[in-house]
Amino acid sequence: MTRSVTPGRAAPVLPVDGKTLDTQLSPARTRRRARWSPTAIIGGLLVAFWLFIALFGVWLAPYDPSALGGAVLSGYSAAHPLGTDYLGRDVLSRILDGARFTVGLALIAAVLACALGSGLGLLAALSGRWVDEPLSRLIDALISMPSKITALVMVSAFGSSVPLLIVMAVVGYTPGCYRIARSLAMNLTELEYVQVARTRGEGRLYIAVVEMLPNMRLPLLTDLGLRFVYIVLLLSGMSFLGLGVQPPNADLGSLVRENIGGLADGAPAVLMPALAIGTLTVGVNLLIDRFGARRRGAR
Amino acid sequence: MELLVEVKDLRVVAQSQDGSETPIVKDVSFNLAKGEVLALIGESGSGKTTIALSLLGYAREGCRLAGGSIRVGDTQVLELDAGGLRRLRGRTVAYIAQSAAAAFNPSRRLLEQIIESALIHGVLTRREAEARALQLFKELALPDPEQIGRRYPHQVSGGQLQRLMAAMALITDPTLVILDEPTTALDVTTQIEVLRVFKQVVRERGVTAIYVSHDLAVVAQMADRILVLNGGEVYENRRTERLLASARHPYTRSLLAAAQPEPLAERGLPTVETAAPVLEVKDLLAGYGPIGADGLPRYRVLEGIDLRIGAGQALGVIGESGSGKSTLARVIAGLLPPAQGSVRLGGELLPPGLDGRTREQFRRVQLVYQNADTALNPAHSVERILMRPLETYHAFDKATRQRKVRELLDRVQLPASLASRRPGELSGGQKQRVNLARALAAEPELILCDEVTSALDTVVGAAILDLLAELRRDLGLAYLFISHDISTVRSLCDEVLVLYAGQPVELGTPATLQHPPLHPYTELLTASVPALRQGWLEEQPIRTPVPLVSSPPASGRLCSFLQRCPVRLEGRCDRTPPRPQTLAGGNRILCHHDGETLQRLQGGTVLHSQGVRA
Repeated sequence: MTRSVTPGRAAPVLPVDGKTLDTQLSPARTRRRARWSPTAIIGGLLVAFWLFIALFGVWLAPYDPSALGGAVLSGYSAAHPLGTDYLGRDVLSRILDGARFTVGLALIAAVLACALGSGLGLLAALSGRWVDEPLSRLIDALISMPSKITALVMVSAFGSSVPLLIVMAVVGYTPGCYRIARSLAMNLTELEYVQVARTRGEGRLYIAVVEMLPNMRLPLLTDLGLRFVYIVLLLSGMSFLGLGVQPPNADLGSLVRENIGGLADGAPAVLMPALAIGTLTVGVNLLIDRFGARRRGAR
Repeated sequence: MELLVEVKDLRVVAQSQDGSETPIVKDVSFNLAKGEVLALIGESGSGKTTIALSLLGYAREGCRLAGGSIRVGDTQVLELDAGGLRRLRGRTVAYIAQSAAAAFNPSRRLLEQIIESALIHGVLTRREAEARALQLFKELALPDPEQIGRRYPHQVSGGQLQRLMAAMALITDPTLVILDEPTTALDVTTQIEVLRVFKQVVRERGVTAIYVSHDLAVVAQMADRILVLNGGEVYENRRTERLLASARHPYTRSLLAAAQPEPLAERGLPTVETAAPVLEVKDLLAGYGPIGADGLPRYRVLEGIDLRIGAGQALGVIGESGSGKSTLARVIAGLLPPAQGSVRLGGELLPPGLDGRTREQFRRVQLVYQNADTALNPAHSVERILMRPLETYHAFDKATRQRKVRELLDRVQLPASLASRRPGELSGGQKQRVNLARALAAEPELILCDEVTSALDTVVGAAILDLLAELRRDLGLAYLFISHDISTVRSLCDEVLVLYAGQPVELGTPATLQHPPLHPYTELLTASVPALRQGWLEEQPIRTPVPLVSSPPASGRLCSFLQRCPVRLEGRCDRTPPRPQTLAGGNRILCHHDGETLQRLQGGTVLHSQGVRA
């Protein structure tokens, strides 16, 4: 029983008699809106920028991303703002095109991993031990395998393709999401509103979707953002090893790899894709921090 | 008289996120003479804890000590720097918190923690501090004072931990002690023991203390003067005896009235004698843990429960924490299938668990939980919360459902404009009303109320009780009303079941439970509720029984109250299970004593403080 004064809540009104005290409306509380901190604004802008590039970048590209021409590994110029790559292709156009793969693949994989993980987590929390135990041990087994090694094994066994990359990322990142969703859901099942729903005769699906999911939303979104970042890095790493998106297509990771020869000269062809990966992941992280801050503020 | 503490025009403000400040303590002034005990009383949000903490120079996160002055002894508290505050806290001013369990570090031995502040402040050497702790343990009537300091916090009971916390506060011989709701989390039977030793120590040592509480009856025992607070303002500041005799402020009068709920008869409720039973429970046994060879769970929470609730009747269930009263509601609701026994609803047998119960059976029994904070989904609006049972149980069209939501809100005396709000935007009392409205939406026959008023302030709780009584009268609802507070139960129920450690020790009516003969546990429970007058505490006899000489055999259903019973018969109570019997007044009890003996034992004001030998 905590009897504390919540900051921001106005003091109770003097009751005329006992009965009217708590029927009086507490003075209208303005819905508290956490202000956007400067870092959160930067994060939001970066994420918005990269989403925009991923959606419309192809049409903005000044050149055909695979068209050859110009000098090899040239610097910044009016014709090629971000220079050219090791085959003389326009780097700006290649980044605008490659962002589609990096952002798109990572987003699809992250959403799938989190949807699957949360779904299984809720199922485990709401079912008895007969479902929870085998499922959790299976997930433990998956967690125990390092995701990069698993990915390498899968690529060497099946060859690299876009669907395989997605499956690989989903397999790698579902277990973590499952763990988080399950523990969140386990805490919620003990709460009284969930118990009341059970004694109302509600089904598991209703309890999971209507009663529990809305109260897990923020942590799960934060988790989604984090996993998106991990997947971007995983895919970029795979591409850097030459096992990710295959030529003629290229994601940001492949761009860094194919132009690695320009690193000694500081060629924009290698710096710019790396910077792109950096800004994307940093942007998402800054935005996630804002969600976290809002959760703390709401308590 | 020398003024030890002087608080002048104290202002504390709360800062909201947009930077605006709301005052939560408004220009409060009071003085405290040496050796005086001042009570700060008020509801949640009245600023009583905030004021108490400001004497330590502390403001909670989001709050700021904005103005005024506080003098404790020779120290101006609000002018101290961080180092000065460190020297003040635990040395000049000591604090005893509500939850001792949360205040102790679970991984360190008690003695280490108790003498810590004396060592930090360098007032005593380790040897002196340990000797002093031992002396305090004796004064605080702790069992085995030589050894208790070597234990860990989880190895002592809640009441003992609270007393150990008092030892921690008193070890530096502070100028001022602040007790913040020190007995609120305890059972009444434990509370009386703790209050007794607190009072004794305060008087013998001449401690100057500030006692923060919401319970007027407790404060009446402890305080010389009472400061009534509401909304951060002082409404009244008078000597205890005068305040109790003639409260000036209407707010104080409403507090006094709420502390003494009206008995049932004065509420004009019909007492239905021969109503058809809504709920019948027979020989119920429920528990947790692995199932043993006898087909019963290892940890039995409830055993041998028989009860019957007629249509429109209210059965109260009381007992202290761990008595199994909440488990009873869970079993009836189907959340915990019983290991043995049957539950019948309107004559038909209910399936033990949730599986197999029909929608109609779900509808007829509704569960209302104690804590409205966790009983309402914070993500849903009030309308959505009330809409769901209407959709689930009734085939109303949308317009009817919306009308019903408004009717329900009206029924629980809430304005219809509340429908679009979320639970987080409501006050505690409003939430509890929505919680009730959701149960009413199903149009049930029986509502299981689990401590519905316990988390609320006295005045708000009394209003909820009025509402429950009104609903019962208008809708013919039956209640299973669970509470740890006997006066609450008395004011609402036709019959009362007293549980102790899962055994039903007594079943009677509120009227018959007021006079002897009673089951020894019921008697202890009734006698432990503080009365709203000074001097009550001193009149109460000490009822701690001597420990059992012979340890009882492990098997068999012996009386669960055996260890604590002040009138047990050695050689009988610890050998054979008690038999149910009906007393002359109509109460059914589970005890070896007959009515006449109990009457004789309880008739006098002084009960035997030791076991009676057979």
